[in-house]
Amino acid sequence: MSEMKDDTKILVKNLKKSFGKLEVLKDINTEIKTGEVVVLLGPSGSGKSTFLRCLNRLEDITSGDVYINGVNVAAKKVNLNAVRQNIGMVFQHFNLFPHMTVLDNITLAPVELKKMTKEEAKNKGMELLKRVGLEEKAEAYPPQLSGGQKQRVAIARALAMNPDIMLFDEPTSALDPEMVGEVLSVMKELAQDGMTMVCVTHEIGFAREVATRVIFMDGGYIVEEGTPDEVILHPKEPRTIDFLNKVL
Amino acid sequence: MLGIIQNYWGMLLLSLGQTLLLTLLSLIFAFVIGLVFGIMNVTKVRVLNLIATVYVDGIRGVPLIVLAYFTYFGVPMFIRSLGFANFRLTALTAGTIALSMNAGAYMAEIFRAGIQSVDKGQMEAARSLGLGYGKSMQKVVLPQAIRTMIPSIINQFIISLKDTSILSVIGFPELTKAGNIIVAVNFDVFGVWAIVALIYMVVIVTLSRIAKVIERKVNVGNER
Repeated sequence: MSEMKDDTKILVKNLKKSFGKLEVLKDINTEIKTGEVVVLLGPSGSGKSTFLRCLNRLEDITSGDVYINGVNVAAKKVNLNAVRQNIGMVFQHFNLFPHMTVLDNITLAPVELKKMTKEEAKNKGMELLKRVGLEEKAEAYPPQLSGGQKQRVAIARALAMNPDIMLFDEPTSALDPEMVGEVLSVMKELAQDGMTMVCVTHEIGFAREVATRVIFMDGGYIVEEGTPDEVILHPKEPRTIDFLNKVL
Repeated sequence: MLGIIQNYWGMLLLSLGQTLLLTLLSLIFAFVIGLVFGIMNVTKVRVLNLIATVYVDGIRGVPLIVLAYFTYFGVPMFIRSLGFANFRLTALTAGTIALSMNAGAYMAEIFRAGIQSVDKGQMEAARSLGLGYGKSMQKVVLPQAIRTMIPSIINQFIISLKDTSILSVIGFPELTKAGNIIVAVNFDVFGVWAIVALIYMVVIVTLSRIAKVIERKVNVGNER
């Protein structure tokens, strides 16, 4: 892409998404650079989760372009599986595979996609579990874990393919309050290691502390974006001010 | 009644074996048919949905006895009329085809329901890792689906086993046919059918008990 600079990870141009007659994303344009930690804020129904899911095309894109490392995922003939291997995703409800051990959850993709041998994947899996502080749970099954532990395993699973982008879709919304911290601290470490991250979250504190950029969405548009300082502490748009007054 | 068992135990046992053979063969084919049409039904490809729906509704709309007559008498006649003068189907082959197609339609519905019972976040998580649709189905969705399907599969097994009795009409030497033959010889209508009924009952109760044990074993370690 001639228009893309070398450090551009994600480039979104005129992205529109409709579910039937309902237009959820109306015209999204943005660019995310390597190492950026972008937090998407907005009221429910603003389209932020849909936007996130368009980035790895879990939602079909109605029109517009989404370039990931220069590859247009909106294109008909794109090799989605190859693109997705480079994008880890963490879901609100964890979506761990309940019939596999924690370690098997993590090694499934690298082994099946022949990125690693079983042995390599196991080592990598244990290393990731250590990183999220759950080494001793390698042989446990997901139903035996707490919510916070499940989400940390889900993060480890998403990292198993060595992605260079991580997407987080409300990763702490389904957690009991006392478990939010452990998940956010793993995410914070990831950010500090230079991972490019896009997070939909209601954790304003996390956004202020970790985000390099905050995007505020409403009604299918990006209403305002900038540093956490600009958007959260000194918002200009009435809709942003209104939203922040309600959540803060 | 004891006399019937004494005189005909060999025949009864042999025909029971035929019943079980037909059931087992049909269920293996039905499993494959069910898997294929079940997946066709849940994909987003409209044409495949349509084919699966036509198959399931079509087969379920035809009584097994008619399907048996059609495969055993109708189809070979039609093929012979095309110039293959020596074409024949044995009662076992025709019976297996008819029962497999019948059970396959029900199995397709069992697979469809089983796959749809798995949270759609499971497929999304697998796809988000870069796994293809087939791999995600095979490694993530189906193992969970089949677990929930086990009671229905057992139920279908029992139904199909009982349905084999219908295939006595095409002369397949299964248990009900054996009953018919014995009655024709000794006229003990009450005794013979009581014994035949008892054999079916014992086999089915035993099988469902074994199946319960298997079901429990499969679920160990995966309580949700």
